[in-house]
Amino acid sequence: MLDLSYTAPKVKTIAGAKHDWELVIGMEVHAQVSSNAKLFSGASTQFGAEPNSNVSFVDAAMPGMLPVINEYCVEQAVRTGLGLKAQINLVSAFDRKNYFYPDLPQGYQISQLYHPIVGEGEVLVEMGEGVARLVRIERIHMEQDAGKSIHDMDPNMSFVDLNRTGVALMEIVSRPDIRGPEEAAAYVTKLRQILRYLGTCDGNMQNGNLRADVNVSICRPGQYEKYQETQDFSHLGTRCEIKNMNSMRFIQQAIEVEAKRQIAILESGGEVMQETRLYDPDKGETRSMRSKEEAHDYRYFPDPDLLPLEIEQGWVDDIAANLPELPDEKKARFIKEFGLSDYDASVLTADLDSAAYFEAVAEGRDGKLAANWVINELFGRLKKEDHDITESPVSPAQLGGIIGLISKGDISGKIAKELFEIVYTEGGDPVEIVETRGMKQVTDTGAIETAVDEIIAANPAQVEKAKVNPKLAGWFVGQVMKATGGKANPAAVNQIVQAKLGL
Amino acid sequence: MTDLNTLGLAEARDALRAGETTAVELTESCLKAIDAADALNAFVHKTPEIAMERAAAADVRLRAGDAPAMCGLPIGIKDLFCTRGVPSQAGSRILQGFLPEYESTVSQNLADAGAVMLGKLNMDEFAMGSSNETSTYGNAISPWRRGNDDAALTPGGSSGGSAAAVAADLCLAATGTDTGGSIRQPAAFTGTVGIKPTYGRCSRWGIVAFASSLDQAGPMTKSVRDAAIMLEAMCGHDPKDSTSADLPVPDFEAMLSGDIKGKTIGIPREYRMDGMPGEIETLWSQGTDMLRDAGAKIVDISLPHTKYALPAYYVIAPAEASSNLARYDGVRYGHRAKLAQGDGITEMYEKTRAEGFGHEVQRRIMVGTYVLSAGFYDAYYNRARKVRTLIKRDFENVFAEGVDAILTPATPSAAFGLGEMTDADPVQMYLNDVFTVTVNLAGLPGISVPTGLDSQGLPLGLQLIGRPWEEGDLLNTAYALESAAGFVAKPGKWW
Repeated sequence: MLDLSYTAPKVKTIAGAKHDWELVIGMEVHAQVSSNAKLFSGASTQFGAEPNSNVSFVDAAMPGMLPVINEYCVEQAVRTGLGLKAQINLVSAFDRKNYFYPDLPQGYQISQLYHPIVGEGEVLVEMGEGVARLVRIERIHMEQDAGKSIHDMDPNMSFVDLNRTGVALMEIVSRPDIRGPEEAAAYVTKLRQILRYLGTCDGNMQNGNLRADVNVSICRPGQYEKYQETQDFSHLGTRCEIKNMNSMRFIQQAIEVEAKRQIAILESGGEVMQETRLYDPDKGETRSMRSKEEAHDYRYFPDPDLLPLEIEQGWVDDIAANLPELPDEKKARFIKEFGLSDYDASVLTADLDSAAYFEAVAEGRDGKLAANWVINELFGRLKKEDHDITESPVSPAQLGGIIGLISKGDISGKIAKELFEIVYTEGGDPVEIVETRGMKQVTDTGAIETAVDEIIAANPAQVEKAKVNPKLAGWFVGQVMKATGGKANPAAVNQIVQAKLGL
Repeated sequence: MTDLNTLGLAEARDALRAGETTAVELTESCLKAIDAADALNAFVHKTPEIAMERAAAADVRLRAGDAPAMCGLPIGIKDLFCTRGVPSQAGSRILQGFLPEYESTVSQNLADAGAVMLGKLNMDEFAMGSSNETSTYGNAISPWRRGNDDAALTPGGSSGGSAAAVAADLCLAATGTDTGGSIRQPAAFTGTVGIKPTYGRCSRWGIVAFASSLDQAGPMTKSVRDAAIMLEAMCGHDPKDSTSADLPVPDFEAMLSGDIKGKTIGIPREYRMDGMPGEIETLWSQGTDMLRDAGAKIVDISLPHTKYALPAYYVIAPAEASSNLARYDGVRYGHRAKLAQGDGITEMYEKTRAEGFGHEVQRRIMVGTYVLSAGFYDAYYNRARKVRTLIKRDFENVFAEGVDAILTPATPSAAFGLGEMTDADPVQMYLNDVFTVTVNLAGLPGISVPTGLDSQGLPLGLQLIGRPWEEGDLLNTAYALESAAGFVAKPGKWW
């Protein structure tokens, strides 16, 4: 197992008019399972299809239709649980959550209230070098997504699109271990990263494939520690649940405005009511959606159409054995194997494509140099054009070629940047380009000596000054580089200049 | 041959194979009988074109010597089964106009076995009822009458149309479904045979759900042999139903030896209810004697939790129903209420469901919603589930002690008159299920066999309950009982 030592981040306090307050946040993240078919029907899950084209008789809840579990979705949930170092429950069961809505054809959502497939796990959320929050996962259960109601297409009618109906979701429920807006966003980011590494959710928040319900409460400093000791929620404030957040930015904003709202209520002697709220990013406020009293009575009961879900330890072990390297492990390995800084390793392991690209570049080369080039040159250049690493016109082999030329001393850093630009815009083999365009660095000391001699001879005044002020040697190096069109090896030039000037 | 419609499945099958008649003749005979029996209101959607087409196809296969088990045998299908392109309303207004684009697994299995569908049969709305009086199509009427009294009697429910149709020889056999006794009670009321197989034996796919953990399809026939033939054709594993058992289907008919020597038959003392009519008591002891005479060993047994079965059933079944029926909301198919200006989605739900569901269905939805609601769940639903476990254990215990089958009355009385229970407490009606619900709660196979007539000439039936998955053995015991009872009475034709 991994042993990353870290310290917990400082808890953010918010100053109210009267007191300081702390935030306590728990999250329910709904992640769409990456699967070609829905959780209980064979219908496709493809995004962006014609409305109501990915709908089976089961999804439309036609009379007499029955759900049959999609085994692959179960495998994905197990894989996710393993990725979050969670307990896998070999027996779980499905329950019906009953409520009426036009985009819920069955009149109930099949979920797992009483016996979820995944139990307790954890996510390490890094908040800087050596600083991290360990967020405990309470459970992960599988459930069906609902369809989509469209109210703004017709003045008198609502429309329903059932394409999403029955798509498999994993609801990942955290403990209230998150202590600030930044931590909340970092938690979702980390979760998303892990899910994408595992291939169990594409993490596309724009399409709603990853969305979060955020439970926010506030407490006075010291109260949270009492909760931690006792696990007694009465030490904490009353929570409000902000529903359906699908952007990191909005999650942070919503938590901040909600905390301020609750502080204002408590400091004016009021009471925070437990309720479900919605965040309105345009107005920058949260609004009540329904109070506890108005909350649905979901009348959960075991779904009699489905037998308890029993899986075998051997099957779980097989999935575990084939789990990919996860972000924390990859990062630790990059630090160890390539000598990267914590920051560089984090950047390069943020997603699998970047990590794979870097590894291909660094293979058999200077890891640190490779990291610098991938992060600074390549990522910078891609960002300018709003490109993704997968759209990079420079292949790992090409970038590796450039780095190889630098390491060999064939080209200087400056030339390398020119070469990179050529490869980026025109393509081609870097070694060939350097040869054909005469970009190779001059390492012939004889030639460099001649150039140095010429510069010294032409600038006697500067020579005198340099003898008093040795820093001026750099001026001579610059002149030599200029004279050689940048192709002279700067280290060699420096050495010769120093010697000739007698410094 | 005349009156081909009066034949049973086995007789007709043999006649067809011997070339004594044709499927077309057989089917025409039934269609004629159906058309002459509108007074019974048994068939609510007739499908003569489908019937004649399938009969003609069956004759081709018969002539080619390639006839499957039920080739050319005309049957009726309970309206609860979804049948492709044919109205399938579950006896409810809320499914008015609904034409499924799919065929239930059971009706497909029957079609694959060559059976000829004559049409859809009346039933209590969503199979909720014991008298067929909750149907949107109106009452199905029993062909039986009390002596010379011409008062209309119930054929029982919920498979009332199926029972009436089989008893009146409108078809050779029919499908039924049984959630709390809906096959066995109407069979007992009409002098027919009805078996509810082990839960999981027949696929529920494509059958409109009432209470998913209790619902099972089964045949309603004129003899035990016919029940064996038809059950074999109906059942089998179906990957589309997660609760369907992946077990081989035995040759049930081949197991009908009539030899029950050495079998142990249990007589449960808890089924001897207070106020049980003497005729039922007598019937039961006669049945006991018949089995003893046939060589079975009779033992008194105890099923101690029996008295809790009916209340537990009337918690669990409505709970599941309240959820299963949530899909009938007027959004996608079936009835949708006309809305007033300004009505929103809530009004659409309320009006649609108020208009679409009858009172009994509404009552059960409300009961089910109540027992699942926060604060009541443990007191009702969870407790009922625990009772269910205990009832199941009662049966497991007696089977473990060597009991092969259990003999009980099928119903607490003979058929009652339509309308007689209208003003009664609904619980009076629920008492009809007192001998049958335990079997559903325990998931066991149960069969109703006609064994006698009451003083007014109405049929009475006894129920045999078997071990799980041992329908073959159960059918054989029923066959022995049937042979001993020699029940041959038929209703006098008045329609």
